[in-house]
Amino acid sequence: MSNRDLSFWLFLTPVLLGLSLVVIIPFVYGLVYSFTDWDGLTANVFLGLENYINLFKDSEFINALWFTIKFSVVSVILLNILGLVLALLVTRKIQSSNFLRTIFFMPNLIGGLILGFIWQFIFISVFDDIGKALGISALSGWLSTTNTGFWGLVILMCWQMAGYIMIIYIAYLQNIPSELIEAAEIDGANSWQRFRNITFPLVAPAFTISMFLTLSNSFKIYDQNLSLTDGGPFNSTQMVAMEIVRTAFTENEMAYAQAKGIIFFLIVAIIAITQVYYNKKREVDM
Amino acid sequence: MKTKRKNILIIELIGLVLGLLWLSPFYLMIANAFKTKREIFEGVLGIPDSFMIDNFIQAFIDLTFLRSLFNSVLITGLSVAVIIIFSSMAGYALARNKSKLSGVLLLIFVSAMLIPFQSVMIPLVSLFGKVEMLNHAGLIFMYLGFGCSLSIFLYHGAMTGISKSLDEAAIIDGANKLQTFWYIIFPLLKPISVTVAILNVIWIWNDYLLPSLVLSESNATIPLKMFFFFGQYTKQWHLALAGLTLAVIPVIVGYFFAQKQIIEGVSDGAVK
Repeated sequence: MSNRDLSFWLFLTPVLLGLSLVVIIPFVYGLVYSFTDWDGLTANVFLGLENYINLFKDSEFINALWFTIKFSVVSVILLNILGLVLALLVTRKIQSSNFLRTIFFMPNLIGGLILGFIWQFIFISVFDDIGKALGISALSGWLSTTNTGFWGLVILMCWQMAGYIMIIYIAYLQNIPSELIEAAEIDGANSWQRFRNITFPLVAPAFTISMFLTLSNSFKIYDQNLSLTDGGPFNSTQMVAMEIVRTAFTENEMAYAQAKGIIFFLIVAIIAITQVYYNKKREVDM
Repeated sequence: MKTKRKNILIIELIGLVLGLLWLSPFYLMIANAFKTKREIFEGVLGIPDSFMIDNFIQAFIDLTFLRSLFNSVLITGLSVAVIIIFSSMAGYALARNKSKLSGVLLLIFVSAMLIPFQSVMIPLVSLFGKVEMLNHAGLIFMYLGFGCSLSIFLYHGAMTGISKSLDEAAIIDGANKLQTFWYIIFPLLKPISVTVAILNVIWIWNDYLLPSLVLSESNATIPLKMFFFFGQYTKQWHLALAGLTLAVIPVIVGYFFAQKQIIEGVSDGAVK
């Protein structure tokens, strides 16, 4: 198929239309509107960088951004540890291996909105009950403070995504030739040495993949935020994605929300480009 | 050897404990969905005495469950079908054309994955609103736009394993390009089609934000309806949990039947 072939273009038309009308054109329009006073229907005044300057003085946006960064860093670390531990566990020769994989992965298939509601019940009612029974007052009043809201979101995220990260690590663990491990065993390496010197270096690529996957997933999180804490108390657990939706559809400041959307894009793009850069570098090293 | 067996036993035990911990949210949801409001107040950990089917009946009615389920199945099914057909065609065309332009087009599709939903949602809704496309058809088209990038990327990668001599043989036999693709190439792409289908079903089935901006409550999907339902029953956990249990059932049933394919598909999608 060459460029002049009609069939080449016919094969591409549906997706080109889809991508342009749904992503590219709205993105370009959005970029242009972010410099105006657009209200969703018309734009009258060109404001230059005013929206962008304002958003850096907007404490609500800055707080949301800061909360998102903290949440992402903690989630990425915990998820990768948990995912690797689960993967190491289920790749051992234990009878329940397949059954456990199924269970650990299950929460990942259910939508964040529904999971958030389920965990709202657990944090509010179940934690309170357990706290009373055991006399631990720290278990009462979850989700009513910023701190418990934060850890609530982290726990939900770990429970939901650890199985996914486990699957990625399993894919790499299974590629390790068993002769390598056996050889090391014969040479007298103990299990920690085998993990440290054979398993760990060989699953390092999985670490890069899962780190960026969890990073961009936690950065873009919305559903769980909405259903678990709804940003409360007093918008203190509101993350960037949710803050943008609120600015747009609750406060109806479309141009301003769009400017936030563009900044959000830049952050996500930087994360992704760093990932591509690292992957390329790694391939060269190997 | 004896210590080794003992080690395995300990690991088996740790696995069991972790597995139960992982399942506990589901247990808590289901157990309390069968309780009365009073029983939940008295304790959430125990198994229910009363087995209140009424909670489920009420939730079933208020969620207009069959209708929401139908909407979810319709939107997910059609969107995924459209994504598979058009993305595989595009992946095929891009892989068989070795020009620079083809490479640039692939790069555009891949780069579009960088754009988060919140950066385009306002102009998107405004644009589709102007042409009165904020409905099921418009939503399916939007899913094609958002879903095609990753799918084309996966199909393009899978095409490298399919020899060009197959195309040539089909053309000599008198098939046109579309026939060649549909009868020869598309069946060979089946494994990757399964991956593409699984990744898109998981995402579209569970999506909340986009349908909430596009659909009205009367033709809502399950997550959207669940949001309205939950708002209605905030302090009444027995009903809210019965509703959540209903919403989870279709996913668990699907997982039960296609478990192996789902785990493989998700693994392929992430690692590639």
